[in-house]
Amino acid sequence: MEKVLTKNIEPDMAFRDLKTYEGVGGYQAAREALRLAPTEITEMVKKANLRGRGGAGFPTGLKWSFVPMGSDAPRPKYLVANADEMEPGTFKDRLLMEGDPHQLIEGMIVAAYAIQADVAYIFLRGEYKLSANRLERALAEAYDHHYLGKKILDSDYNLEMYLHTSAGRYMCGDETGLLNALEGKRANPRSKPPFPQTSGLWGKPTIVQNVETLCNVHHIVEHGPEWFRSLSYTEDGGTKLYGVSGKVTHPGLWELPMGTTAREILEDHAGGMRDGLTFRGLLPGGASTDFMVEEHLDLRMDFHEPQKAGSRLGTGTMIVLDDQSCPVGMARNLEHFFAQESCGWCTPCWSGLSWAERILGAMEEGRGEPEDLEHLAFLCNLCAPGHTFCALAPGAVEPLQSALKYFREDFERHIRDKRCPWR
Amino acid sequence: MLSPEERQEIEFELARYPTKRAVCIDALKIVQRHRGWVSDEGLRDIAALLDMSVDELDGVATFYNLIFRQPVGKHVVMVCDSVSCWLTGYERVREELTKRLGVKLGETTADGRFTLLPIVCLGACDRAPVMMVDGDLHPNLDAQKIEGILEKYR
Repeated sequence: MEKVLTKNIEPDMAFRDLKTYEGVGGYQAAREALRLAPTEITEMVKKANLRGRGGAGFPTGLKWSFVPMGSDAPRPKYLVANADEMEPGTFKDRLLMEGDPHQLIEGMIVAAYAIQADVAYIFLRGEYKLSANRLERALAEAYDHHYLGKKILDSDYNLEMYLHTSAGRYMCGDETGLLNALEGKRANPRSKPPFPQTSGLWGKPTIVQNVETLCNVHHIVEHGPEWFRSLSYTEDGGTKLYGVSGKVTHPGLWELPMGTTAREILEDHAGGMRDGLTFRGLLPGGASTDFMVEEHLDLRMDFHEPQKAGSRLGTGTMIVLDDQSCPVGMARNLEHFFAQESCGWCTPCWSGLSWAERILGAMEEGRGEPEDLEHLAFLCNLCAPGHTFCALAPGAVEPLQSALKYFREDFERHIRDKRCPWR
Repeated sequence: MLSPEERQEIEFELARYPTKRAVCIDALKIVQRHRGWVSDEGLRDIAALLDMSVDELDGVATFYNLIFRQPVGKHVVMVCDSVSCWLTGYERVREELTKRLGVKLGETTADGRFTLLPIVCLGACDRAPVMMVDGDLHPNLDAQKIEGILEKYR
């Protein structure tokens, strides 16, 4: 099966400099792309059915088509790579940035050209030190060779690209929270509309796109939308970086056709559960997705099929729960994260999530009460989509509401026995 | 007073953004890199340079996990407490760290050598459990490895 994003990443994760990157045809696609009309690129990306790899899965070309184009469009326009990989259980963009930083820069040049952006930022989480180091080196090389700056790649197009390293907060991964952080503010979400595509950074048209998404863009231009769609098992185009963590035999990350089944990822690639452990469930795409259980393992991991299990692809990096780990303890850990990372902007989120965390903590410590399950269900509804500014709280209750459904007996046992059976 | 180096590094960043304020997170990180943390005095100096009010800047500084508004030890140990590490042995790693260092999460050792902090998912979940010391990632931890790692940070 064909690899696209990881085909040039060395097993030893050595730095791939510009010379090495150009040796396998690097920046040729960008050079070609800059000879096309910007809207032609957007059309190709639309036809390729590329959808966002950051978790929400919004169609990429459609997002770009909302950006005002033409000579009377507001300027400057911005492109932002969302490299704030902070979704618990997610470790895919790190590989792309450490393993092949020029691939991200080339994808960003083509995406920026498609929306006629003047400035691009890579918004990187502060803890990714190696990524920062390699991206800085790669950006310097790209500037030295006039792949960035004025009249790049023998065209009339100008593009500045900068690395911004964040100071750490999950909210920065939210599109509008990220924009506030880049403007030097607290990363609270913004009310939408207006959408960033028309009014984003400093009120100017802005596209925010995940790293993995951007890394695909120039490959689509080079090989065409039909080729990109043919990489996938389903109607969503391309390959996908799938990951597995938890107590499996071989935790890791693999580039596979979009729509590979959860079972294949878990059993063939991650080698199944460690000896002596039994599978109980998995969060398919990071902490903010609903649990899937045994009966769902043959679903194809694309943007549609996980919905049959009430879940979603998310970031495509699964977290596996085994029978020797407590589902209530896992839910408590997750809600602790979300309660802590809530920015405090809207009440259902900051109040609801810390309340949920407290209830789960009490259950774990043997102080659970029979009405707790009802309270947790109430809190899941309180934080449901439409009740908050951003997706943090709705995402936070996805694993909780599904844990209550699939592991209800375990919750009841905590309350009845006044202790955690796993402790 | 900001040192000439701090001022120079902040001014370098100013060229990359259309407003002064946008640089404030970088500026906080620059001052912290030189001094270990951001004191009230450091905060005042940055605010003056970027035409921000001190309170506004403190609102930003206290929002972000990696800005320290209190002094920290010579080395900062950040242990991941998120879900993949929790599943694979975080609690034992934390116990070993608190026992060896003799401090709780959020505290600094009496000799000022280490500050122990919890951190959210470090994005190395296939190598869990993990911790980060001064920006170095230490993967695949178990209780036995902790002592050897801490020894390297004298």
